[in-house]
Amino acid sequence: MTEEIIIAGFGGQGVLSMGKILAYSGIMQDQEVSWMPSYGPEMRGGTANVTVILSDEPISSPIINRFDTAIILNQQSMDKFEGSVKAGGLLLYDGNGITRHPERKDIRVYRVDAAEEAAKMESARIFNMIVLGGFLKVKPLVKIENVRKGIAESLPERHHGLIPLNEKAVLRGMEIVKQVFEPETK
Amino acid sequence: MKELKLMKGNEAIAEAAIRAGADAYFGYPITPQSEILEYLMAEKPHERTGMVVLQAESEIAAINMVYGGAACGRKVITSSSSPGISLKQEGLSYIAGSELPCVVVNVVRGGPGLGTIQPAQSDYFQAVKGGGHGDYRLIVLAPQSVQEMADFVDLGFELAFKYRNPLMILTDGALGQMMEKVWLQEQKPRMKTFPEWATTGKTPDRERNIITSLDLDSAEQEKFNMKIQEKYRKMEAEEVRFETTDTEDAEYLLVAYGTSARICQKSVRLARDKGIKAGLLRPVTLFPFPKKILSELAGKVRGILTVEMSTGQMVEDVRLAVEGKVQVEHYGRMGGIIPSPEDIVDALGKNFLK
Repeated sequence: MTEEIIIAGFGGQGVLSMGKILAYSGIMQDQEVSWMPSYGPEMRGGTANVTVILSDEPISSPIINRFDTAIILNQQSMDKFEGSVKAGGLLLYDGNGITRHPERKDIRVYRVDAAEEAAKMESARIFNMIVLGGFLKVKPLVKIENVRKGIAESLPERHHGLIPLNEKAVLRGMEIVKQVFEPETK
Repeated sequence: MKELKLMKGNEAIAEAAIRAGADAYFGYPITPQSEILEYLMAEKPHERTGMVVLQAESEIAAINMVYGGAACGRKVITSSSSPGISLKQEGLSYIAGSELPCVVVNVVRGGPGLGTIQPAQSDYFQAVKGGGHGDYRLIVLAPQSVQEMADFVDLGFELAFKYRNPLMILTDGALGQMMEKVWLQEQKPRMKTFPEWATTGKTPDRERNIITSLDLDSAEQEKFNMKIQEKYRKMEAEEVRFETTDTEDAEYLLVAYGTSARICQKSVRLARDKGIKAGLLRPVTLFPFPKKILSELAGKVRGILTVEMSTGQMVEDVRLAVEGKVQVEHYGRMGGIIPSPEDIVDALGKNFLK
């Protein structure tokens, strides 16, 4: 199994840390992982994306431009990456701020309104964990206990008090994610 | 104890330097390698092993601190990115001319000039042909993974001391910034005894040790040049490292190092899915260059494509090694653009399968 994922959105949305937690979760179940950020003169409010690969085999190229899953968190990223999802792949997005919804009919489309949910939970910082939960509901690549370990490994110890809240956000994401479109399987 | 971590390539280099028992790191920040200095500062290795970490006032100061530390027989390391490495060239030439060991990391960014902070492989010529003035070479290691970023620091010190020669780890912003699993080696103790040539204070039982790259006597200078050339020939005979992927039945050979080699591994698979028998030769040492295996493979394949994030630099060494036996072409992107695995398969098709 190899899963090639792009997570794309605004800087400050927790795109990179979500990728890091996913990568750590993969390590916790003995997978090979790579985490390749778009680094550059980027800042809060600018665009940010990260390619995460989880695999049972050694990973060849950490740099790819076709993805099994695209997790899209703003309109620019939708415009840029909708076309990069492999046929039969998954596009998961947060509808907040999206003016042009995905149009492809050869991929699975799911929606997780994490920004709205994070506001309800009164913590903007767990937005990314709600998205992660939504993703793991649709594609259960890593076990929830490994996600817990992944969060613990990624957060500095002084923030370990936040682990339960993050975990709650992941579970909430699993509840609220909804199917928008599934291509017919032949 | 060996330890498994998820780390950026830059962080892995920094941690590996501590664990290799380095005595000192001297550097000056520049993107995309600043995490090396930042990690070392945060980690406070002076509390772990006594290792010195110092942010110098410039790259030139840093390389001359390396020169001083190396002259004392210490394990010293510095790092920078392309424009900063250019500044270090005078010091590197002096270090090579004084036959001193050190490890220099170049996390390459796109150039020329200040260029971009995105990854590139456009410093190949500078790294493998000497870089500074005079007839000298660096041993050049090209990692392709975060694991190798860590492993090559210890290997780098070993080779640098074995040959009394500066060694460069030539990598790029992509490997510096990306995170992968890495097994970190156990902590090695710092050296307690130093090589006999080191300037550690004269004792009554021996002559003075003099570290210099100056000899105004031309005959002596020529003799010195021949001596270091002999050293480079020995490296060519004994230290060549490379890796092959699917070369046994390959009809077309990709040659790439570092980040490009990782991407090419995927290209080989994509090409084979299309029925094109592709293989990959990945030089691990860029100097000494794996000439012999290239010459052998050249006799077996229909075409060779080098893939570099540059206008084509290593391709010249490939052509020299192949000696016209087979057509050698180059595919590259520049200025911080990374080719995709599909781009490389397309380039293979355009060059050889018209």
